[in-house]
Amino acid sequence: METIPAPAVEAAESRPGRAEAPSETRRAKPLIRSTGIRFALTYAVVFGLSAFTLAFSLWYSTIGLLQRQVESAILNDAAALNEHYQIGGLPSLINAIHSRLTDASDSDGIYLLLDPLGNHIIGNLDQWPRGLNQINTWYELPVTRKGVRSISLLRAYTLSGGEQLLIGRDVSARTQLRNVMRDALLWALGLMIFLGLLGALLIRSMFRRMMRDISTTTRAIALGDLTRRIPKHGDGDEFDELAEIINDMLERISRLMDGVRQVSNAIAHDLRTPITRARARLEDAALHAHTEEDLQSAIERAMLDLDGVVGVFEALLRIAEIEAGSRRSAFAAIDLTPMLEDIDELYRAVAEERGLILDTRIDSPLPLLGDRELVQQAVANLLDNALKFSASGTTIRFSARVEEALIEISIADSGPGISEEDRNRATERFFRAESARSTAGSGLGLALVAAVAQLHNGTLRLASNNPGLRAILTLPARRK
Amino acid sequence: MRILVVEDDKDVAGFVLKGLREAGHTVEHADNGRDGLFLAASENFDAIILDRMLPGGIDGLRLLETLRAQDNATPVLFLSALGQVDDRVKGLKAGGDDYLTKPFAFAELLARVEALTRRGKSDGPATKLSVGDLEMDLLSRSVRRGAQKIDLQPREFRLLEYLMRHAGQVVTRTMLLEGVWDYHFDPQTNVIDVHVSRLRQKIDKPFELPLLHTVRNAGYMLRAEEV
Repeated sequence: METIPAPAVEAAESRPGRAEAPSETRRAKPLIRSTGIRFALTYAVVFGLSAFTLAFSLWYSTIGLLQRQVESAILNDAAALNEHYQIGGLPSLINAIHSRLTDASDSDGIYLLLDPLGNHIIGNLDQWPRGLNQINTWYELPVTRKGVRSISLLRAYTLSGGEQLLIGRDVSARTQLRNVMRDALLWALGLMIFLGLLGALLIRSMFRRMMRDISTTTRAIALGDLTRRIPKHGDGDEFDELAEIINDMLERISRLMDGVRQVSNAIAHDLRTPITRARARLEDAALHAHTEEDLQSAIERAMLDLDGVVGVFEALLRIAEIEAGSRRSAFAAIDLTPMLEDIDELYRAVAEERGLILDTRIDSPLPLLGDRELVQQAVANLLDNALKFSASGTTIRFSARVEEALIEISIADSGPGISEEDRNRATERFFRAESARSTAGSGLGLALVAAVAQLHNGTLRLASNNPGLRAILTLPARRK
Repeated sequence: MRILVVEDDKDVAGFVLKGLREAGHTVEHADNGRDGLFLAASENFDAIILDRMLPGGIDGLRLLETLRAQDNATPVLFLSALGQVDDRVKGLKAGGDDYLTKPFAFAELLARVEALTRRGKSDGPATKLSVGDLEMDLLSRSVRRGAQKIDLQPREFRLLEYLMRHAGQVVTRTMLLEGVWDYHFDPQTNVIDVHVSRLRQKIDKPFELPLLHTVRNAGYMLRAEEV
């Protein structure tokens, strides 16, 4: 059955939808655009074409074979009789025909020999069949033999003496078989078309049912219900896979939305505090300041509060800028070592001033594809934190090394650290651990470090330093 | 000094103009890009303070590009609310000499504008810098005050060089972070103060007359006379 795939491919390539149902086009016009219908029609056409191919090959291999067998029998017979005529002349031929006519085993044989004038010499036909005009041509005609009409395959020859010889075979049986088979095939074809259409409808409804899950969910989400998820059927098929991908996407969107909500709440809260303070100072000064000095100092302190607000805004914008990923276009191949050594030198002075020991180990080189300025700020933020929370006399360990294609920058202090449950939230914007409430800061430092890490496809890990905090910034190293 | 301020916000412009005048500068003002370009191209200024977003069809970037295309090398300081890293890079690429983000402290603006004009003049091939009896040899990389040689770490040397190049001017902490450490953000720790105080230990401590002064609410200044 090698013939079947060929039309299947052909049908799949030619877009049958439009040509298939011309009478339906008006009604089905919007339907044709539906993928379900197109799927179903393609399926029906492929199915029909393969059924047709099957029927055709069946027909050809049975009816065709019988036909060819009869034809070759007649041709052989004609050759044998012609031989009789060549060797023994007309009497030998008549003899041969006579013996064939009387042979009971071959009752299908039809013979008729006419002399040049058209008179009957021998044969089982009463007269020359009507419509048989040309010699050496196949005819399939009804003839009357011994008073019985039947369909015969006939071929006429003109002998060298002018006699005309007709040889044929009764093919009624074959004709009957052909009719039976034609009817059967027509029925089968009809049934196949019916099944094909049924299959098409089935596919369409299956398709629609699967799409319905996705479309109802996404529509609900578009209307604002972000909690909806696409149900999975659990059989792990392509639609399950699609559902999973869409669900992952929704998960991410809702996490981002939560982030936005949380950040806007935090902004509202965290900015309100210093703004309120500044406002109170100015109002108080306007109402109660008696000397110019009072006024001056109130204004100066209010300005400091406002500077704090601006600082928070700048940090927020910076984080947003980093998270948007636009800085990636400015990535360059850099070695972090000199930059880290500069930072070490910058902060070492402060550490010594405060009686802290800064224990630094920076490997060389530390190749990175990234944004030097951002990594610089991230590391500076971590050092700022470490310095802020360290008590005099303790040690801060600052190390940077490259291991298994990862650059690991670690800053560990012996300060109060961050409790286990707070550690996951420490990189959220405005998050401040209970122990850090009394210390100055915006609660944005670690959020920025985490954003920088993410921009570089790296991570920020916070661990306990027993006691203290160990912040590990991991960035993928640049490959040579 | 003669300074052109191109700024469309009336309050900001008024505040800047007043402050610059009080600092002893002559000031011209344009409140749109077209007038700003006309003034900048037709008259001589020592510095231009330029807003990025301006009415009148010509924004700050276009104005500056046009000006630079005419071989006008007047130092330009961008004063803009566009504060992203890309914005700053764009401004400097267009030919800006410095970039300050709004909101800003006037002391910072003044210090930066004065630094710009100074830079324009002293960018010659000087090999020696001196302030009072403090001398710096840029070739041998040595520093001496009076007869005494002062040993400085490489970074301290650069810090002092920056201060000496801007002697007599206020230098803000941000300017030092940018100019000496190439930092473009404010660390939360007072790193600059610590480094400046270390430098002060070396160049001022043993001597009678202090050279390195702290300017309240602004930054530092290196000068021989009393402030």
